[in-house]
Amino acid sequence: MKGNEAIAESAIRCGCRHYFGYPITPQTEIAAYMSKRMPKIGGTFLQAESEIAAINMVYGCAATGRRAMTSSSSPGISLKAEGMSYLAGADLPALIVNVQRGGPGLGGIQPSQSDYFFMTRGPGHGDFHIIVLAPATVQEMADMTRLAFELGEKYRMPAMLLADGTMGQMMEPVVLPEDTVDPETIPASKPWATTGTGLKREHNIVNSLYLKPEELEKTNYERFERYAKLEKEECRWEEYMMDDADICVVSVGITARVAKNAIVAARKAGVKVGMIRPITLYPFPKEVLAKAAPRMKAFLTVELNMGQMNEDVKLAIGCSKPVAMCNRVGGMIPSVDEVLAAIGKLNG
Amino acid sequence: MAIVFQKPKALTDAVLHYCPGCTHGIVHRLVAEAIDELGIEGRTVGIAPVGCSVMAYDYFRCDMIEASHGRAPAVATGVKRSMPDNIVFTYQGDGDLASIGLCETVSTACRGENITIIFINNAIYGMTGGQMAPTSLIGQVTQTSPYGRDPKTQGMPIRICELLATLDAPAYLERVAVNSVPHVRQAKRAILKAFKNQVEGKGFSLVEVVSTCPTNWGLTPDKACQFVEEKMIPFYPLGCYKDRTATAEEVK
Repeated sequence: MKGNEAIAESAIRCGCRHYFGYPITPQTEIAAYMSKRMPKIGGTFLQAESEIAAINMVYGCAATGRRAMTSSSSPGISLKAEGMSYLAGADLPALIVNVQRGGPGLGGIQPSQSDYFFMTRGPGHGDFHIIVLAPATVQEMADMTRLAFELGEKYRMPAMLLADGTMGQMMEPVVLPEDTVDPETIPASKPWATTGTGLKREHNIVNSLYLKPEELEKTNYERFERYAKLEKEECRWEEYMMDDADICVVSVGITARVAKNAIVAARKAGVKVGMIRPITLYPFPKEVLAKAAPRMKAFLTVELNMGQMNEDVKLAIGCSKPVAMCNRVGGMIPSVDEVLAAIGKLNG
Repeated sequence: MAIVFQKPKALTDAVLHYCPGCTHGIVHRLVAEAIDELGIEGRTVGIAPVGCSVMAYDYFRCDMIEASHGRAPAVATGVKRSMPDNIVFTYQGDGDLASIGLCETVSTACRGENITIIFINNAIYGMTGGQMAPTSLIGQVTQTSPYGRDPKTQGMPIRICELLATLDAPAYLERVAVNSVPHVRQAKRAILKAFKNQVEGKGFSLVEVVSTCPTNWGLTPDKACQFVEEKMIPFYPLGCYKDRTATAEEVK
């Protein structure tokens, strides 16, 4: 299936029955797929009046304890920034999919990874994080959809599937889980949800406004305690040929796949290069990078931006080794030869 | 001793923070009375706006959600699509509903979502200290129209009931006021109807309540009520602008 459609089908199979979206290239297939599937299973498909309206519909639906999702691409994600801040401030789980395209501004419709800073540093105003997952195959597009819902609910925070445009458009075989999650069982696990008091309990309030500074400070610290637990326990990554490597490539998405081919070629030429591929971008797998740093000559990020994940690698290793970059932007994708040349340069 | 008048059950015991002469207090009461009379408190979810009534989530006893500025109708849509048997209402001011949220207001009305919107029109931005609202009158002096609203540079005021009445989907649109006892009684009837419509699945209902803001109008409470009568109502005529409820098919 196409990556975009794999996300949609996977979401339905893990009990999501509410999709609110808006057309934008290169992710409109998600909306189109949902518009066909949701009515047949009694779910909600709503093409909202804008990406802003869509994220606010997700906010309302998530407040009732249901699994709700929206999808967009870079310019539309900018519009959702306030909504993501409100979701985080109200401690609501929800799935937001960003199939990245070239920017800034209207940019282009070809792939990019240039929302990395935006999604990992500040998806909106204020001190907060969203879980960020980076799929590199259509199978991961499907699997990470389920993981995003589960982690979001476990830690009461929004979760994002951060794909580059290629991942959304690619077609690959995928194994989907059997229908396992009954949507009606999901709100039962959320005592804070605004489902109506039934006159049986005090009213629930879903809110992010705390006018007393002492209270607002307290909620910020409590939230960051949850983030600390997330960082400690939920980092995920893939290691490729790292056992004896002395050059470490760090990459996600389509560039990770190009890099893998370059690593195979470099190995044939005797270069000891491997790759650490982050699966969670937030929480970023700092520890595995820091552990690897002492035995590395250098690191190389391969990314579709002007140098974003590069900074996180530098931070993770305390700037202890050089962190070079092989990058293309505007929708261009580095070739295996380009990555190979960059690896070669580091090998001396 | 028989109780002949008491606080509605759907209002909490929190002390309201509104200014003397502000009509939020009256409208909160009318909404709560409607919820009580229809026996729907247990399945009602209210959406609070950004504005003076931002803390309405503390004043109503039903489950409440705080929405971002202008987006309450979208939040309400998300709630209603998730739980169609619940009663969902928004409570919004003129900046929230007619300025930043104008798109959500029109689109939600256009979709005919089976929700209830209470629209407080006091021709000013109260919470932020008295700036011009889309509903401020020509010549009205506000913090951002210090020389009086000039249509050439600041546009004409917007009449929401009339605007939404051009759409096919809304079931019920009425403009009321709460500056006098007869007006309050009519407002009560309209608000009750707007909630009853939702219970009966009749579709989108909106009640526009011409309201006061004595503090930012620079008027005493009773002069503010006079201002509503003499200046606001002539521009925002009271009355029913759409009522399809007799023939409306049930929507859920």
